Amino acid sequence: MRFEWSVALRFLREGGMQSVLIVAASAVGISVIVFISSFLGDLQRDLIRRTLGVQPGIIVRPAEEVAHPQRDRTEPASLAQVQARAQRLRSVDQWQALVAQLQATPGILAVSPVAAGPGLATRGDVNKSVTVTGIVPGPYVAVTRLDEKIVAGDLRLNPGDVVIGIELARDLGVALGDKVRLSTPTSAGDAYQVRALYDLGQRNLNRAYAYVTLPTAQALLNLPGGVSSVELSVEDLFGADTLAARLQARMPHEVESWMKANSQLRTALGNQTVMTALVRFFLALVVAIGVASVLIVSVVQKTREIGILRAMGASRGRILRLFLLQGVFIGAAGAVLGSALGYGLTSVMSGILRADDGTPLFVAHFNLALYLHTVAGAVILGLAAAVMPARRAARLDPAQAIRL
Amino acid sequence: MSAVVELAGIRKTYNAGTPVAVEVLHGIDLAVNRGEFACLIGPSGSGKSTLLNLIGLLEWPSGGSYRLMGRAIEQADDDERTRARLTTLGFVFQFHHLLPAFSTLENVMMPGLMRDGAYTAPQRANAISLLEAVGLGAALHKKPSELSGGMQQRVAIARALALAPDLVLADEPTGNLDTHTADDVFALLRRFNETRGTAFLIVTHDPRLAARCDRVIELRDGTIVSDAPNRH
Repeated sequence: MRFEWSVALRFLREGGMQSVLIVAASAVGISVIVFISSFLGDLQRDLIRRTLGVQPGIIVRPAEEVAHPQRDRTEPASLAQVQARAQRLRSVDQWQALVAQLQATPGILAVSPVAAGPGLATRGDVNKSVTVTGIVPGPYVAVTRLDEKIVAGDLRLNPGDVVIGIELARDLGVALGDKVRLSTPTSAGDAYQVRALYDLGQRNLNRAYAYVTLPTAQALLNLPGGVSSVELSVEDLFGADTLAARLQARMPHEVESWMKANSQLRTALGNQTVMTALVRFFLALVVAIGVASVLIVSVVQKTREIGILRAMGASRGRILRLFLLQGVFIGAAGAVLGSALGYGLTSVMSGILRADDGTPLFVAHFNLALYLHTVAGAVILGLAAAVMPARRAARLDPAQAIRL
Repeated sequence: MSAVVELAGIRKTYNAGTPVAVEVLHGIDLAVNRGEFACLIGPSGSGKSTLLNLIGLLEWPSGGSYRLMGRAIEQADDDERTRARLTTLGFVFQFHHLLPAFSTLENVMMPGLMRDGAYTAPQRANAISLLEAVGLGAALHKKPSELSGGMQQRVAIARALALAPDLVLADEPTGNLDTHTADDVFALLRRFNETRGTAFLIVTHDPRLAARCDRVIELRDGTIVSDAPNRH
């Protein structure tokens, strides 16, 4: 291959501005592909984080209770109507064992038991409906990153404490240290001191949850020792659906991923992914056509040299490899430059693009796998683009080529 | 004297099987022996270059048999012909045809690079000695574009001899040079023939140069009309 390397590099160098321009064009195309890929990944992750608030990647609940009509199954007559059963608040069966089992499952980062149910937050004559949510702060923070949403106070929950959202605090007219009464349909409740305030970035969510300790919620919701759900954070946010299906297959509980619970968001993200994949595909196609056209011109320009090399004893295979290598070199050089440009562009844009609240719209991460895939992809792209010109060069008749 | 090339009844037809088929060589019988210094003369269109290309395995005969170094080659595949071109034959063209992107030395080392897959010290020493022999020891690192026509042709001769081929095929090697330079180049070919024993088959239009060859083969309308040793 030394012959092919040596001649391919020399041909490219001899190409001068033509080689510089095609490498630059490839680099620009690849940098946009890198930017879109990186931007989309970071933006989607950020969008999900913002939209989901404190929703976990996967939630495990007791299976819904269904009505089982008592009738002889051999009878052909069908029932006119089967009334659905009311879904009462129930505990996840054997939840301690389930938590241990889930903690040992690959792909799951953290597991948090939660006891949540409907309740009322009352101060004076103001009543607001809330979801009374009993948590163990450590695991719950690991699953939902609630600690990052705390804007006042801290999450060290004691039995008499409650953490509420900033909108609910405003509605009730309370501040840190004030007392709020929490009650549920099954308990007259008690007064709890506001320990911290959270801001999930959405008004409705900031009115929704009242966090108390797990034993407090169990008492309020009449779930002695029980939990209403087990919440999980997962390694691969976009693979949550698959993992949920795998978990569902091996347990009697209902397992739901964030994708199922937010199907519209999933559809929107899916469409966005398809659209950007199309853009990336067409950019790659443009780069490939550019590389192919430059190499075709090069074959025409170098017809006589190819003829000389063939006459001197270079086989068709060697001429083929010589032009394929030029495609690989252009692709690799374009990928390295394009990756650097793409990373620069991503970093600059993450500093410029801002969300409504003034925070960066997305945070740029150095995704090594993305860059390695880009280089590998560009090399394959360059190789594929060079196939047609290389075959054309290898097929040249040396006697005719020399005569030209 | 053993033959490098043996042709028997070689024919060449262009556009064979079509209404515009043209037979340009009509049953050529020819042998070129080791160490010979022969020239091929004839008017334009007589088939000299086609015959040279056939001997050089750049074109395929339409009929007849061809033995190169005793081996039948007319049925050989492209790879085998390519190997034979690399190891047994050398080419010198009218327009020298050097690789413009490579230096003088690299051009002469190119056949060695093809054969060995790497630049080696013996190749380099051989290339330098050949370039010194053609009087270009001071131009090793110059590009072809920096050399005169005569100098370029001398580089092409050094390149053709790089792998010590048994036969060098030269297609009007002096056709593009002035008389004085043509004489120098021709003298060089003769010197390599005498010192290295390399056989040469030279196509030329120049009767003055043809008169200095050991053997003159005359081709007319695709047929050898005379083939005789030259009396110096």
